[in-house]
Amino acid sequence: MTSINIDHVSRWFGNVVAVNDITMTIGPGVTGLLGPNGAGKSTLINMMGGFLAPSNGTVSLDGQQIWRNEQIYRHIGIVPEREAMYDFLTGREFVVANAELHGLGKKQAQQALATVEMEHAQDRKISTYSKGMRQRVKMASALVHEPSVLLLDEPFNGMDPRQRMQLMELLRRMGDEGRTVLFSSHILEEVEQLASHIEVIVAGRHAASGDFRKIRRLMTDRPHRYVIRSSDDRALAAALIADPSTAGIEVDLKEGALRVQAVDFGRFTTLLPQVAREHGIRLLTVSPSDESLESVFSYLVAA
Amino acid sequence: MYDPTVARLTYRALLGRRRALILFALPVLLVVIAALVRGITGADDQTASDVLGGFALATMVPLIGVIAGTGAIGPEIDDGSVVYLLSKPVKRPTIICTKLIVAIAVTMVFSAVPTLVAGLILNGNGQQIAVAYTVAALVASIAYAAIFLLLGTVTRHAVVFGLVYALVWEALFGSLVAGARTLSVQQWSVAVAHKVTGGDIVTSDVGLPAATVLLVAVTVLATWYAGRRLRALTLAGEE
Ligand SMILES: Nc1ncnc2c1ncn2[C@@H]1O[C@H](COP(=O)(O)OP(=O)(O)O)[C@@H](O)[C@H]1O
Ligand SMILES: [Mg+2]
Repeated sequence: MTSINIDHVSRWFGNVVAVNDITMTIGPGVTGLLGPNGAGKSTLINMMGGFLAPSNGTVSLDGQQIWRNEQIYRHIGIVPEREAMYDFLTGREFVVANAELHGLGKKQAQQALATVEMEHAQDRKISTYSKGMRQRVKMASALVHEPSVLLLDEPFNGMDPRQRMQLMELLRRMGDEGRTVLFSSHILEEVEQLASHIEVIVAGRHAASGDFRKIRRLMTDRPHRYVIRSSDDRALAAALIADPSTAGIEVDLKEGALRVQAVDFGRFTTLLPQVAREHGIRLLTVSPSDESLESVFSYLVAA
Repeated sequence: MYDPTVARLTYRALLGRRRALILFALPVLLVVIAALVRGITGADDQTASDVLGGFALATMVPLIGVIAGTGAIGPEIDDGSVVYLLSKPVKRPTIICTKLIVAIAVTMVFSAVPTLVAGLILNGNGQQIAVAYTVAALVASIAYAAIFLLLGTVTRHAVVFGLVYALVWEALFGSLVAGARTLSVQQWSVAVAHKVTGGDIVTSDVGLPAATVLLVAVTVLATWYAGRRLRALTLAGEE
């Protein structure tokens, strides 16, 4: 089993502290590194990939130090965020070169190109590729030696929805095979859809860790907002406000909906159906209105 | 210490860039000048030595060295594509040595060969002048490639610094200030040329033993340090 150990790692650039005393372990499966822009995701990934020395602490792969250890790349595949690759080569030439640098050959390169479904364009110059095609060829170059660890910095940037789905499918498969896949993103939906485990970093600090549900649970003492539509909004509002788990209710006549603010997440979720049943009210829709990670972020930063 | 894949990527990048046009233009210019001079003044040993020493060795060789040396690694570091080399289990000194070999080969092909051709046109290799300057160009190619390769790993402005060194230090200072001449790849390689001709038509301020030691020392040190730079190369996020 391969895991990356990040042990009390900090990294600063002059006065800017980009990563602040982070300790975490990234194990097999797909992990999402989530945080707003400037949180320190790229800095952390660059340290995991051996391209940046930690100012403090250690980053290791199964006990082996990563910085200044080129043999580690037998086990790591990297998909960089930056666009530049060898644009004057064709996709195939590029992946073959990457295979050769691993001591492998055309066969493995061809296999990797097939995995990312780029065979149809493999003989075109990379300079003619779309963003999504580039991303897939980068992916092929990272997969060519079947690494047990795959690091991807913002891999979905600039991809169209179909390409995004294909890449997610591929990463999910790699995670299921027992590889350690880590990708960064500042977009909630991507992480939610793909990652079985999430590490949240905000302003250089490790803010939360767990699956999406666990992270939500951490937030339960925070007010939750719901939009509720029912067969009798006014009666429902009157019944809900009587309970202390409900902090506020607004009847939105124009939308034909209730806006409810709940303080006790657990209690409210059992209360709502109970109250509805007692009063003979049919619930039409119940949807959280601010369960986005943007609100989680702002909550974490304020905490 | 040599990786054929690194070599292939390096020379394709070098020759595929627009800058590579200068690699072709300078040799053509030298040969044209040689033909014109020969046509105007006829075959003259001193004139041949002046053209080869003054233009070929003093200007063309360092310029081609700058383009080949910095171009073998600088752009890759600038645009970040060097990640694809560095994320491989390939020893960093191997990457540097391979790039150095390619840079040397390119500098030699585009500077020594035209120097020989120009020399033959100018005076048909009288007093061994053509061969002497060709050998000097070969020797200088090695040192320039190593120095400018190192420069490419140290600064984003390697080409500018390289040009300043090649044109201001080597060509201008070198001909005015005696001290600068001792610390000049051009003078070291002229010392080798002097040995080849045996006569006094080619003279250097530096003795052959000192020149040899300095050439070897500079090449080895520059290469060693470039390897160290690459080993600890930091790729930070996008600024
Ligand atoms: N090379 C650098 N020099 C100075 N500051 C940097 C450098 N790289 C990153 N930073 C700073 O570190 C912080 C984290 O950046 P980064 O890791 O790129 O964040 P993210 O990838 O999460 O957007 C930012 O404030 C950024 O400005
Ligand atoms: Mg980033």
